[in-house]
Amino acid sequence: MPDEQHRPDRGMTAADAAPARMDVEMIGISKLFGGVRALDDVSFRVRAGEVHALLGENGAGKSTLMKILAGAHQATGGVIRIGGVQMAISSPHVSRALGIGIIYQELALAADLTVAENIFLGEMSGLVNPRTLRARARRLLDELGFAIDPGALVGSLPLAFQQAVEIAKAMSRQVRMLILDEPTAVLAPPEVERLLDVVRGLSRRGVSVVYISHRLDEIFRIADQITVLKDGRTVGTYPIGDMDERRLISLMVGREASQLFPKVDRRKGEELLRVEKLCAAGFVRDVSFSLHAGEVLGIAGLIGSGRTEVARAIFGADRPDSGTIQVAGRRVTIRTPRQGVAAGIGLVPEDRKGQGLVLALPIRQNMTFTTLARFTNALGMLRRRAERNAAEDVARRTTIRARNLDLPVSSLSGGNQQKVVLAKWLDAGCRIVILDEPTRGVDVGARSEIYQLIETMAASGLGVIVISSDLLEVIGASDRLLVMSGGRIAGSLERADYSEARIMEMALRSAAHVGANHSQPVLTEA
Amino acid sequence: MAVIQTADTVPGAGRRRGLDVRSLAASYSTIAIFVVLVLVASFISTSFLSSRNIENVLRQVAGTGVISMGMLLVILTGGIDLSVGSVAALGSITCASLLTSMSLWSAVPISLLAGAALGTISGYFVAVRRMPSFVVTLACMTIARGIALIVSEGRPIFMGDNGAWLNDGFNRGSILGIPLPVALMLLVFGVTAFVLRLTAYGRLIVAIGSNGEAVRLSGVRVTPRVFSVYVISGVLSALAGIIITARSGVGSPVVGIGMELDVIAAVVIGGASLMGGRGTALNTLIGVLTLGVIGNIMNLLNVPGYHQEVVKGVIILVAVLLQSSVWPRRA
Repeated sequence: MPDEQHRPDRGMTAADAAPARMDVEMIGISKLFGGVRALDDVSFRVRAGEVHALLGENGAGKSTLMKILAGAHQATGGVIRIGGVQMAISSPHVSRALGIGIIYQELALAADLTVAENIFLGEMSGLVNPRTLRARARRLLDELGFAIDPGALVGSLPLAFQQAVEIAKAMSRQVRMLILDEPTAVLAPPEVERLLDVVRGLSRRGVSVVYISHRLDEIFRIADQITVLKDGRTVGTYPIGDMDERRLISLMVGREASQLFPKVDRRKGEELLRVEKLCAAGFVRDVSFSLHAGEVLGIAGLIGSGRTEVARAIFGADRPDSGTIQVAGRRVTIRTPRQGVAAGIGLVPEDRKGQGLVLALPIRQNMTFTTLARFTNALGMLRRRAERNAAEDVARRTTIRARNLDLPVSSLSGGNQQKVVLAKWLDAGCRIVILDEPTRGVDVGARSEIYQLIETMAASGLGVIVISSDLLEVIGASDRLLVMSGGRIAGSLERADYSEARIMEMALRSAAHVGANHSQPVLTEA
Repeated sequence: MAVIQTADTVPGAGRRRGLDVRSLAASYSTIAIFVVLVLVASFISTSFLSSRNIENVLRQVAGTGVISMGMLLVILTGGIDLSVGSVAALGSITCASLLTSMSLWSAVPISLLAGAALGTISGYFVAVRRMPSFVVTLACMTIARGIALIVSEGRPIFMGDNGAWLNDGFNRGSILGIPLPVALMLLVFGVTAFVLRLTAYGRLIVAIGSNGEAVRLSGVRVTPRVFSVYVISGVLSALAGIIITARSGVGSPVVGIGMELDVIAAVVIGGASLMGGRGTALNTLIGVLTLGVIGNIMNLLNVPGYHQEVVKGVIILVAVLLQSSVWPRRA
């Protein structure tokens, strides 16, 4: 690296303490979020200069582990050693000073600034000479082998180039360990090639790379070592030579099916919902399926495979691009959530706090947004007693544990908050309820109660759709399963044919070749 | 399982108590600031607590008080209405000029409609076209002022005989010893408090400001409700313009210059969050009275007008600092 990249007074003591050889060891790491154990005694070792793939299902703890290295989270327990020296990574700043760089899936670039300005954003102060900045950027980009004009606006570049800018930005800080979190998820095949070349180049220069990806073919082409996580624990670390695709998938899945799911013998009724050739959000294509009364339909797939977009389009949260929806045999037009509700559809959205609840308001009020008209007299006044009684009744049926329904909903645990979102739809006259990630951040006890609720809803003749990244959840809760990948339905399975390995194969395998269609979505700025 | 649940509920319980204490402190800090101010004022000046002076203060804040309730609704949804002062001028001019050829019973409703029209413009662009309320109402602010100046040709308009009741009957009149303009302000306050506390509309306004997306995804139509608060704000601004006109007997195109800032200050002193979802009618009224008392003390102490501006600004900063330091921080 050129001399002028030496920065005054930013490295602090951590930088001086950073050893020359960047072996990173994370030993016995655990992490609790509230009552939920995200990581449990995880060990992870990366030697200098190696490309280390980190694998696991969604929710296995990969991102949490990496955020601990990046200083965005602090471990609840365990030790981190860097070059044999124990370190406390107490903030992103410390992590950066130690030479660790992380590139998240959502790029953190300023679209309206130039490439050069983005690369050196962190160290710009006082007067900036654009010409020197550009020259330095060019030298760095050349060194990394990126043919990018340093004067171009970042927003005008294709995604792969934007990612390259992120990498250059990290390298400008003398990064010695680079973490890439699903870097190819939004890239088209030729761009993936370019990225893999860059990773190899970094490795040759002695930079260690942690590579998180669901695309197994990439991993076999690039990784030296593979670590597999499952349910927040380490399954093991293996040299790439000892591994094949089949074995890898079996390591990622194959958990014990728990007793959380009620044993069911459901009777399928008439068809409630028929979705035909639904296209949405620009990349969901030709999704067709049907849902019957008394049925629980699972939708599995990786994050970003289009599951949530399908749910939102059916409910009317977003306008679909095209396609038809029939409810109970009648063709319906759903453009807004209100029309969705009128058609008899309810949605429990994936982002509980951002989309499901008004956190500052009382539990009771959150439960009755869907039914408020019923408790309103001709003058628009609320009949509070009727509302209270109804809310208490629903709270009992959904086993919400709260001292008082007038407390803010933010005072509840994650599980009870989720039950409140569910409770909204219980008396709203829905015939179809869609649950997107119904147990994300929910403790085990509340989980089984939520599964019981799903069961009760289906038993009462509702059609239920459960979307989840947790394979065991969709397997345990559903009668039939759709697997989505790259915006399409990659396959469907009847309950008798369920196997985790088959589902994972469907979700992963088609991701590689469908990815090409997926390369042009607009990048959302983080 | 039991262990997990305990671990999960304990931090929640702590947070809950913390929140209660904070919101309690916040709702009382508005009142506390006001009480301290009144105490200080009565020590400083013996005439402060005289009924004549109190009536004077109340009369002076009647206009701001009426507008502040509309502003509160707008701010509760997470918006802002900068056009209120100009719309008050429009209401003032419309009313006075119509009174030269029309009866009071036609002039006043038409003036209120003029306010509603301006509010409809703001509401349309904010709620339907999703434009930032700051920009939209800034535009409406100059449009309304411009219309007022055009109609009046930049000159004050005397109300004439048709408007005599406004000046004599309304402005000088009283009910239960309360001057009618003040009673009108209290009526507007009472209705706002009622709507916010007891109606579905009020609850949804607060909820929309707190998390509009969650409300929308419950199947509630958000757009017409956001639209409506701007219309209400427009009507109340025009009403305030008429109250001010009644007081002076003259319709003026320069009524309410800078008034939007006083009103926003009052709402904020009352503890409302400019991010929306938090604020009450009572605290807003106290915010209005606080500003009124500050101005009044300085008048009683013969603080020169220019100095008053500086002092007022400092006191607003201090009041809001007290508010914000007791509110929990939200990311």
